[in-house]
This record gives sequence, C-alpha cells and structure tokens, in this order.
Amino acid sequence: MIIASQLAVLPVITPLVLAPITLLLPKGRASWAWATLVSWLTFAACIFVLKTVAETGLISYYLGDWAPPLGIEYRIDLANALVLFLVSGIAAVVFPFAYRSVELEVDERQTPYFYGALLICLTGLLGVTITGDAFNVFVFLEISSLSTYALIAMGARRDRRALTAAFNYLVMGTIGATFYVIGIGLLYQATGTLNMADLHDRLVGQDNRMVQAGFAFILVGVGLKLAMFPLHLWLPNAYAYAPSAVTAFLAATATKVAVYVLIRFFYSIFGFDFAFMGAAFTYVLLPLGLAGMFVASLVAVFQEDVKRMLAYSSVAQIGYMLLGLSFASAAGLTATLIHIFNHALMKGALFMAVACVVFRCGSHSIHAFAGLSKRMPYTTWAFILSGLSLIGVPLTVGFISKWYLLEAAFGAGHWYAGFLIVASSLIALVYIGRIAEVMLLREPASDGKYVIAAKDAPLSMLIPMWALVAANIYFGVRTELTAGLAERAAAALMTFAGGGS
Amino acid sequence: MISPGLAIPLALSVPLIGCVLIWLANKSPNLREGVTLVTGGVLLFLVITVFAAVSEGDRPDFHLIEVIDGLPIAFQAEPLGAMFALIASGLWLVNSVYSIGYMRSGNESNQTRFYMSFAVAISAAMGVAFAANLFTLFIFYEVLTLSTFPLVTHKGNDAARRGGRVYLGVLMATSIGLLLPAIVWTYAITGTTEFAPGGIMSAHADAVGPLAGVLLGLYAFGVGKAALMPAHPWLPNAMVAPTPVSAFLHAVAVVKAGVFSILKIVVYIFGIDFLHDTGAATPFMWIAAGSILLASVIAMNKDNLKARLAYSTVSQLSYVTLGAMLATSMGVMGGAMQIAAHALGKMTLFMCAGAIYVAHHKTLISEMRGLGRVMPITFGAFFIGAMSIIGLPPMAGSWPKFFLMVGAADNGQLAIIAVLMISSILNVIYLLSIPVQAFYLNPAEEGEKPKGAGGAAIQWGALKEAPILCLAPPIATALGAFLLFFFADPLYKFLTPLIGGG
Repeated sequence: MIIASQLAVLPVITPLVLAPITLLLPKGRASWAWATLVSWLTFAACIFVLKTVAETGLISYYLGDWAPPLGIEYRIDLANALVLFLVSGIAAVVFPFAYRSVELEVDERQTPYFYGALLICLTGLLGVTITGDAFNVFVFLEISSLSTYALIAMGARRDRRALTAAFNYLVMGTIGATFYVIGIGLLYQATGTLNMADLHDRLVGQDNRMVQAGFAFILVGVGLKLAMFPLHLWLPNAYAYAPSAVTAFLAATATKVAVYVLIRFFYSIFGFDFAFMGAAFTYVLLPLGLAGMFVASLVAVFQEDVKRMLAYSSVAQIGYMLLGLSFASAAGLTATLIHIFNHALMKGALFMAVACVVFRCGSHSIHAFAGLSKRMPYTTWAFILSGLSLIGVPLTVGFISKWYLLEAAFGAGHWYAGFLIVASSLIALVYIGRIAEVMLLREPASDGKYVIAAKDAPLSMLIPMWALVAANIYFGVRTELTAGLAERAAAALMTFAGGGS
Repeated sequence: MISPGLAIPLALSVPLIGCVLIWLANKSPNLREGVTLVTGGVLLFLVITVFAAVSEGDRPDFHLIEVIDGLPIAFQAEPLGAMFALIASGLWLVNSVYSIGYMRSGNESNQTRFYMSFAVAISAAMGVAFAANLFTLFIFYEVLTLSTFPLVTHKGNDAARRGGRVYLGVLMATSIGLLLPAIVWTYAITGTTEFAPGGIMSAHADAVGPLAGVLLGLYAFGVGKAALMPAHPWLPNAMVAPTPVSAFLHAVAVVKAGVFSILKIVVYIFGIDFLHDTGAATPFMWIAAGSILLASVIAMNKDNLKARLAYSTVSQLSYVTLGAMLATSMGVMGGAMQIAAHALGKMTLFMCAGAIYVAHHKTLISEMRGLGRVMPITFGAFFIGAMSIIGLPPMAGSWPKFFLMVGAADNGQLAIIAVLMISSILNVIYLLSIPVQAFYLNPAEEGEKPKGAGGAAIQWGALKEAPILCLAPPIATALGAFLLFFFADPLYKFLTPLIGGG
C-alpha cells in the first residue's frame, strides 16, 4: 500500500539512491551486476507508472508532501509516462549489453564510476521527464548532462578525441542549460511561479516582451540539448567517440527527452493562445526541421565512420520530430510522440550493432564492415533489419512513424512536406544501403587492421541487441501501445493547449 | 478439403515453412530441391482451391491483424488476384524444375540461399495477389523487392553489385518516394485503403477531383515494378541474375505484381467509371503507349538476348498499364488477360535463353545463327513463345491485343490502335528474327561453332540440347501459351466481375 502510493517517485528515487552504492562495489562484474539490477528495478517501476496512468489517468505527486506551487510536483500524464517507459526500457537493455563492450573500451579501474555515472544519467533523464516543475527540469537536465560529459570522456581510452568531444559538448551543453535557466528566470519574473501547471494559469494574457524573450531563450536552450539543426554540432563527435554502450544509450534517450521537454513547454505551459507559438512552429520548427532532415542526411551519406554516419542520421531524425510538431495538430503531435519512441528503438539497435563490430574488430570505420555477413551474421542482420526500420520499410516501427507523419502532413495541408519526408527517407536508403552492400557483397579483409575472426559477438551482447530488433518489428505490427497511447496523449495535450484537433 | 478462407493464410505461410525446411536441408541438395518441389505442389493445390471458390462467386477472406486503427493486414481473393496467384504458383513449380536443371548444370554457388529467397518471394507474391487493401499490398510489395535482391546479386561480382544497386534503388525510390505518399494521401482523403468494387474515389469526388491526375501519376510511377518508362531501368539491370530468376521473377512474379497492382488500383481504388468521367488517365495512356514503342525500339538494338527480352518485357508490361489507363471495361479485360498470356510467353523465351546458355554458353543473338539446327526443340519453343508475345493466333497472346484494340475503339482512341499495330510489327522484327536466324543462317565465320550448325538440313545425330530439366519447362509453358488460346472464354467469364459484369 505504502509503496503503491509512492509509485510516482520510484522511477527517479530508485536509481538516484542506489547509484552511489555502485562506487562502493568492487570493479568489473559486481558493479555491473548491481547497476543492471537497478536499471531493471527502475524499468519495473516505470512499467507500473505507465500502467497506472493508462488506466486511471494523471498522477500528481507532491515531493515531501509540500504542496505546489511552492513544493515540487511530479506530474505524470500519458505523454511522459510513455517517455519514462521508453528511457528506462532502453536502459534495461543497454546495461546487460554494456558489460563486454565496456570491458573492452573502458579502463577496468573506472568501471564502478562508469556504471554509477550511467545510472545517474538515467536518473537525470527520468527526472526531467517526470517532473511538473520547470526549475526541477533544469536540475535534472544538469544531472544528466554532467554525467554524460564524464561518460563521453571515458571513451578516451580508445580514442583521445573523446576528450575534445566531451569538452565541446560540455561548452555547448552548458550554454544550452544557461539559456534555459535564463528563460525560466524571465518567466518567473513575469509570473512568480515555477510549477508548470501554475505557469500555464498565470501566463494567460501575458503576451509581453518578457514572456516572449523567456520563450525564445527556452526554445534555443532546449534546441541545443535536442540537437536541433543547426545547433547540432556537438552531437556527431560526442556520439562517435563515446564508449559504444554510452552512444547506444544516449542516442536512444537523451535527445528524445529534450524533444519531450519542448513539447511540454509548447503544449502544457504556453499553449495556442500565444501568437508567437504559431510563429515558432512556422518560422522555426518547420524550416529547421526540414533543413535538418536534408542537410544531416546528406552529410551522413559521405561519412566513412559508421558511428558518425548514424549520429548525423540522428540529427536528421530529430528533424522529423520537429516537423511533426510544427504541424500544430493532434495528428502531428501524435506522429512526433510515436517517432520519439520508434526512433529510440531503431537507433538503439543500430548503435548496438556497431558496438558489436567494435567489440570484434576494434573499429567503427566502414572498412571494418566489409564482408561482415560472412563473419558476424547475427550482427549483420540486426543492423540490416534496424536499418530497414530507419528507412521506413513496412512491418517495422519506422514505417509506422512514416505513416503517421505523412498522414499528419497531408492532413495539415502540407502536402509538399509529405514528399520531403519520403525524399529524406530515400537518402536514408542510400546511407544504409551503402553499409548493407559493404556487409553483404564485399569480401572480408584478409589482412591489415580490419581483419575479423569468423566469430559473432558474445551472447550477452547479441541477446539485448536482438531484443531491440524484435521490438522494432513487434511495435511495427502491433501499435496499441505506441500509437494508441500516443494518440490519447496527443489529444489530451492538444485540448489542454487550446488547439484544434 | 481445405476451406478457401483457410487456404489464403496457408498459401502465404507454406512457402515460408518451405524456406525454413530448405535451410535445414542445406547439406543434402536432393532433399532441398525435393522440399522446393513439394512446397510448390502444395502451394499450387491451395491456390487452385481459392481459384475454384472465386470462380463460383465466393470471395474468401482472411483478416490477420489490425496494425493501426482502420488499417488491417487483410486478404481477400477476387478474380484478378486469384488469376495472378494461380499463374505465379503454377509457374513457380515449372520454374523450380527448371532452376534445378540450370543451377546444377552451371554448378552455381549459394544454391540454398537461392531457393530460400525464391520461397520468400513467392510468399510475398501471394500476399500481393490476395491483398484486401492498399496497405497490405504495399507491405508485400516491399517484401517482394527485398527478398529478390539476393537473387539479383546472386553472382556477387561487380556487375551484380551495380545491377543490384540500380534494382533496389529504383524500386525502393519509386515505392517509398511516390507510392507510399500516394497511399497515405488516398487514406487522408477517403479514410480507407480498402479495395472496393467500383472504387473508393467516386464517393469523395469533390476532394479527389482536381487531384485525380496527380494521384494516378503517383501510383503509375510509384508502382515501379510495372516498369512504366522512365521507371524501368531496374528491369534491364536485373538481368545480371541467373536466368531462372529472370524467367520467373522478371517475367512473371515481380513484374506482374507491378502491373497487377496498377490494374487493381485503377479498378478498385479509382474505379473505371470515375477515371473515364474525369479523363485523368488520358496522359498516362499516352505515356504507356510511348513506353510500348520506345522500349521496343531499344529492344531491337540489343544483341544480348536477355537484354532484348528485358526491354521487350518493359514494352509488354505497358500493354497492361495501357489497358488500365484506357479506362474502359474492354481495356481492363485486355490488361488482365495480358498478365496471363505474357507470363506464359515471356517465361518460355527466358527459359529458352537459359537453355541456350546452359548448352552452349551463348548470350549474344549474333552468335546464335545456325544454332537452331543443333537445338531445334529449344528454338521451336522459342518460336511459339515469340508468336504468343507478338499476338499471332493461335497463341494466347492474341486475345489481350484484341481486347485492347476493342477497348481503344470504345474510347475513340484510334491512334492507340495504330500504336498496337506498330508494336506488333516491331515485335515480329526483333523476336521472330531470332529463331529464323537460328534455323536458316550460317554461323559467323570466326569463333568456334557448334558441330552440326553449318549444313542445310538438321543432323539429328549432332543435336546438343540442354539437359531435360532445362528443356521440358519451356516446352510446357509454350504448350500452355498455345492451349490458353482455346480457353480464353472461361478466363473471360472468370474475369467478368472485374468489369462490373457477372
């Protein structure tokens, strides 16, 4: 009973409290096992939260029983329950996967710090998602960012460039967080509150310069965090040089959570009464989303490094999410929420496949993929299936995303956007096809540094990776959970924001 | 007896089960090929069950799952689909026999992968044939593209890589870039993608009206497998595949899935009457007519036999598109019959080309002079197939040409009749010349010539035909092309519901 009433806080408190224990454990297997256990407990908590929200509706939880707006409120509706489920689910898959990969890529003495930091990062992401307090978002955002900087820097054992990548992200991330907190400050000045629901109430009719500036600061700050084109420059290097398991985790979660924050601000705090919302949709999100889709995809085509290629692809995929948002319709919002979920599944699986190659070959250059189907067939097919998902082939989640996005585009009368969406998918076909061709039709290297023994990745990596691939296909055929919930969530957000359906 | 409703899901899953069994029988080629043949037999039986039910006016259906609200993966057999399924499954069996002969004579590598991909492809073709809505059709259309990619790139050399790149590039680009938006657009306007007799557009005429031409264009080029110029380059490029692949997939299953989809979209999504009234199809009728002539002209200039046949296929496929775009009942009937007739005729030609390659390693037409005296049976079958493609009685191919001309006349398009006549003449020139040269001309001076190719009379002792497994299948399909001429009436009656009769 007591646990049940405290359900809403469990997703955050579990990893937050249990993470420091990792540091006390012996290095290597023990700290990994503990972290994995924690991630599973967290996932279980998030499943319960999602179930409860889906059945009984909104959960509002007062931290320490301090009533909002002074106290911090955790406010969980379907939208963030879905993101919580996603983030913790990815963590529950990445942690077991990480063991062998980290063994190779991270200094063994650092492993307790590594797993501890990864758990803290998870805590931060879950906290950002769960909270109903704008300042609390900033706090958790910093928690996740700081741990991310450390995690990326741990890639330095394999490649020293991880240090500059981490530093670069540190600078950019901090600028983003500062912008965000300036924005929050301005809103606080205007309303005297930090609680999101309260902000929404008190912002009514306040279409003044201060609120507009606050909105702009928040948009840019969060835009940096979610790698909105052209604020994405930190992302490719950070993803490319971070330890493989970290990349798989971040690519599937970090930017998604930032997109969620943007949605929360647009729909639950500002709403359609503000004239500048329309301007933000039409003049910021739409063009930047489209530009990201094309520029980043085209850059991806010419990458020699598969990890970097996938990183640019992520920037492009974020373009789809922004595009969905920019339609300012329930259908567009649904498409964005679905794509947040689906893209995490495909990118997670893809980066895991790259991690498997790195594990056997020690490189993520395209040359390491030559003839991979003869050397590591299970990894190859995992990459190809999730690659097809990225392109948007039917029976995969990518197709579901495309379908909803296209439907939203045609429904909103932006038929040209519909064609741009598929055109951008075709660029994905080019860059995925390029790798697939190398894997399937080239002969494996017989000498030089890209030689791989004919041995697939260990089971502890294959099983989590294939679990994600299976999810790619399962959610491509059964969409009650993703599309069903996303539609309900979008409808609720839309109504709250005072927009049409 | 299996109920027709159950036969549909079984027809989809039996080849997939066969695929797994083929994989398990990897070590023993005889067992593996046995599995292929048994699977083919069972599939044919299942499809005949469905076909019989459809001919009695039944419309067996099967609902798999609802992927998105209002978008189920569902199947329903109707005459056109049942016919396509019957052709595909019947010819798969014939082609499997042929494949065994061809692949073993050639000592090809990766044969297990070859038969597995074939099984997946035929399952996808069944899915296309029985799809009850555009959404389901699109799913299996893409599966068909992907499952045939390993077959096209079977040889794994540079040429195969290049061909495979164009194959996948064009087919995926058109289907994702044009077909998918067209389907979603249709869904956004009408709220359904269901195939319904009379079409689903007429109920939303106001919304569709100005867009009908645009949408039809998206479909016509989006279904890249129909090879309407300029979406055709994948087909000649697919010829790098082993000949059984070209014979079955690129004369029957894949290309027919394309034109079948076009017909189905015109009849069950737009509706013939709706297209006729809006006149939206007229530009595409001319494009199809241009495609017919242009592809024929290109075919004439190809010395490589398979390349010539490929362009001939491009040309012949546009007959079906033309029939659909005429937007008259006779045009649609002609298009539907062309699917059956061309399948038999073109498969014969491809299998003959493969037999020639197996027996003499010749690929260029100029090298085949005099070869008819060494391979009279093969070239005889080729002659019959070519006659059918041209449309000479008493071959099956004459009926679709007849109906298409009637359809063109109904629509008052006399120029189309002229196009059909010119095309037949071009066909005579570039197809009949091959067996005629093989029988009458002397081999070229330089290069080694097969024994017995020189003299005036056929020396029966010096015959060198392909192995029996490569020889019997083209004879069977040639015979089929001949027999179908006399069974045009039952086929016409079977297809009548398509044009609103019966």
